[in-house]
Amino acid sequence: MLDVKAGDEQSFALLLQRYRSPLVNFLYRMVRNREQAEDLAQEVFIRVYRARAEYVPSAKFTTWLFRIATNLALNSIRDTRHQRMEISLDTPVTADAEEGAERTLDVADKHPDIEQHLVEEVRKAMIRRAIDKLPEKQRAAVLLHKYQELDYGEIAKILSCSESALKSLLFRAYEALRVELAPLVAGTK
Amino acid sequence: MSCGRMEKHMMPYVDGRLKVSEQREVEAHLAACPACRLRVNEFRAVSGLLDELPLIEPSSAFDARVRARVAAEPVKQSWWAEFLPSPRAVLAASMLVLATIWISSRPVTQVNNTGGAGSTAQAIDPNDLPVLENYDVLANFEPLTELPQPVQTDEPDEGDSNRSM
Repeated sequence: MLDVKAGDEQSFALLLQRYRSPLVNFLYRMVRNREQAEDLAQEVFIRVYRARAEYVPSAKFTTWLFRIATNLALNSIRDTRHQRMEISLDTPVTADAEEGAERTLDVADKHPDIEQHLVEEVRKAMIRRAIDKLPEKQRAAVLLHKYQELDYGEIAKILSCSESALKSLLFRAYEALRVELAPLVAGTK
Repeated sequence: MSCGRMEKHMMPYVDGRLKVSEQREVEAHLAACPACRLRVNEFRAVSGLLDELPLIEPSSAFDARVRARVAAEPVKQSWWAEFLPSPRAVLAASMLVLATIWISSRPVTQVNNTGGAGSTAQAIDPNDLPVLENYDVLANFEPLTELPQPVQTDEPDEGDSNRSM
């Protein structure tokens, strides 16, 4: 980032390459819309670019980056809350929903491992739904903790809370996930 | 350690991020508390389930869109450019300098204060007096040259008598 600050455009390209996938995945899991996630990720990079001159390496770059991303995601969720539809348990399970395709699972598919495939997709859908049901701040905490592997201090800075509050937040989030995913949790024991 | 205190230690314990002393304390509690022991195992199971979600790849146009937006950003000036005055300031300063030069190049009207009140005399540039211009006109006015010469008398004129009074 210091090279980007010094005006090295090539270093910005490296930042883009290094962080685009973690950012898009984090934002996708936060807002559950691929197009919106990519738009938000672009906005994160633009804000980083704009702020490069003022960047002071007082915190880790990833902390700063994900703080911007988390704030944008939380604002976006609040702005579009009225547009979001609750996922109904009656909604047909779709295959490859993670990829944005809305292809409904067809039991008559000629896939030889269709049953196994179906089971896996149902599991993934349940896990995604459990994450979606978490309150936004708990969801952000889980995603940053689980998928970005940031330490507690970094996540606390991103979410603007104390480490102690973060540990309680994570406890409540995992408790909710444990209850929501009880059928799957029982199967893993 | 109580079950309540476990709330803040459970995730760090599952993550293996506790200090040695804290870990011993938690393990002592877990050995005596089946409910917390079960919860720890289920948290680990939940963590394993979260690993099952696949990653998505950003679309192929993502980088191009970011670069296009970066290219559209206004060019940031160098730090020294911030010290350059704005064109308006330059124009205003130029106008001020020109005005100063113009004012200083005008003929100076001198005021001589040579003494007390009443003794003030002004040095007047003859070119500034339109009456003197009229004098030139009158001096060369032909009809006036034909007038008879004034009669010379010994008596002082009225003006002289007034001055002497």
